[in-house]
Amino acid sequence: MKALCWMGIEKLSVEDVPDPKILNPRDAIVRITSTCICGSDLHLYNGYMHTLEHGDILGHEFMGEVVELGPAIDQEKLKIGDRIVVPFTIACGKCFFCEQQLWSLCDNTNPNAWIAEKLMGYSPSGLFGYTHMMGGYAGGQAQYARVPCADVGPIKIPDGLPDEKVVFLSDIFPTGYMGAENCNIQRGDTVAIWGCGPVGQFAIRSAFMLGTERVIAIDRFPERLRLAEEGDAETINYELVDDVVQTLKDMTGNRGPDSCIDAVGMEAYGHTLPFLVDRAKQAMKLSTDRPNVLRQCILACRKGGTVSVPGVYGGFLDKIPFGAAMNKALTFKMGQTHMMRYMKPLLERIERGEIDPSFVITHRLPLSDAPGAYKMFRDKQDHCTKVVLDPWADGARAA
Amino acid sequence: MNTFSSTSEARARENRQELGFEDNHKSLRTRNAMLLAGGVAAAAYGVWRRDSAGHALVIGGAVLASRAAVQGIPVRTSYVISQTINRPAADIYGFWRNFHNWPLFMKEVKRVQESGPRAITWRTGTAGQENDEHGEQGQSEIVEDTPDKYLRWRSVILNGKHEASAEFRPAPGNRGTLITASIQYGSPAGASVRAIARILGKDPEFMMREDLRRFKALIEAGEVPTIDGQTHGPRSVLVKTIQEAYPERRKPSEFETGLRQLRVERSAS
Repeated sequence: MKALCWMGIEKLSVEDVPDPKILNPRDAIVRITSTCICGSDLHLYNGYMHTLEHGDILGHEFMGEVVELGPAIDQEKLKIGDRIVVPFTIACGKCFFCEQQLWSLCDNTNPNAWIAEKLMGYSPSGLFGYTHMMGGYAGGQAQYARVPCADVGPIKIPDGLPDEKVVFLSDIFPTGYMGAENCNIQRGDTVAIWGCGPVGQFAIRSAFMLGTERVIAIDRFPERLRLAEEGDAETINYELVDDVVQTLKDMTGNRGPDSCIDAVGMEAYGHTLPFLVDRAKQAMKLSTDRPNVLRQCILACRKGGTVSVPGVYGGFLDKIPFGAAMNKALTFKMGQTHMMRYMKPLLERIERGEIDPSFVITHRLPLSDAPGAYKMFRDKQDHCTKVVLDPWADGARAA
Repeated sequence: MNTFSSTSEARARENRQELGFEDNHKSLRTRNAMLLAGGVAAAAYGVWRRDSAGHALVIGGAVLASRAAVQGIPVRTSYVISQTINRPAADIYGFWRNFHNWPLFMKEVKRVQESGPRAITWRTGTAGQENDEHGEQGQSEIVEDTPDKYLRWRSVILNGKHEASAEFRPAPGNRGTLITASIQYGSPAGASVRAIARILGKDPEFMMREDLRRFKALIEAGEVPTIDGQTHGPRSVLVKTIQEAYPERRKPSEFETGLRQLRVERSAS
């Protein structure tokens, strides 16, 4: 099959690799019909997430058709021919954490848990195509993928719904939704959202679904800010204001947003001195992350408010104003998305026509164009916001 | 000392005395310290003499001191590892008590044969080398068995004795079962410890921790997570070298583990 392989920093190539096999009794093999590039894939592309190996297959947002099942899969839960969306987190469904609905913290799905334990104390769940520390599972930017614990994660999709309406249930829609849900939104709240990429866009719409009064969205790309405005958000272009924190104060009568969402993560941009220092330290491998958005969230958030972090961080963060966080009595909520909590209710919202997630798509390309698409997405060329790849479009051989 | 493991630690100590595994760490340490001090003093005196006898003293003293220093590094001979498993103690005890399940989660145990109601012989092996003639043969015998609560067994391999136990008790708030596994290798600094360490890999504690993690995954999820044998693109020379250099840090073929698990389930039902 064809698969997109990581071949080093900023080096990707579409390779002919062996088809995936069933390796465990609860596995399934999926023939992928749509797969996407996520903003968090760019951390891999740029080489800021470690323990990736040359030849690893990337991609964690995919859907397709079940073509093979492991012997322990209950046919009532999943059968060959089912059309499914696969969540990016892998969960066993039986451990303490799965029972608590903390699916992304599953105890039993990371074969390299000992690596994660060294860095984090305990290991979160395995993830598709996202470093060996997080399991090293081959990803879904390919024609086929192996899905472990397939009787727990994937959700069946009725035939009427096209791929592009449901494929984002694999990550970004639930991730944006959990980012908003973590804000514990009360009637009349104002939510500030840093980053108007796909997760930010879904966080904006989810915040309104959850009853927020105002959303203020922050980015620097006019097309993304426009998309945020179409979702009824007010916007700040941080390149056009002196100080984002002061601007937010001015917009909220000196109270500050009730909640702040960091939908950016470890590779934040900025135009201030601290950003340049972060950038230099990250380039010299002196630090793993550039947390200037997280700093702004903490400073901008109102007293007693909530900072919600759906953006991905990798390691150790410098110069976090924790004194401000403590003295302002902030609440922090974060984590990889507990996917299985959200997929079904959000699918129902899509079925009811409350939201059509395909609004974020700017590019539909064949898998063979993926290496160029990563670069375009990273550099925000051609107003790129979201790329959906077709693994079977021209160039790609059949079966 | 961890309160949860206190019982097994105490029992391990009793067993140690019973078996004659004397805790001679202290006397060893004193002897080594004296040798080290003596060697250093002799070498220093040799340097001060500056003649041919002095040279001999320097060399002799240095050899003595370095040997004492190397031997003085304490060899760890017991490990206690715990896990919380989201199932009742009876299920977990039953799975462990069934010797035939051992190869499903104990990486070093490849094949088990019953040699008595409470005794087995087993074979070690490396992943990928399933040949029966490969590896070493060991024997284990259960010496204490409290259903649903506690198991203790003695093993002999390569003339080295060791003793291990597993304790099962409800976790606080009845959130599953706490399992505490402990192992006590025979005479410290002896050849048997080194032999066992060689069989188990470079780091016995790591191997034991991973064994227990596999056990937990098998009991809870019914399978052990793996990427062994999955598809990938071309690997670089560096990655291949690392994989060759650290084979014990790679997983064994868990597909086989999974299939064996299925067979076990089928035979049970």
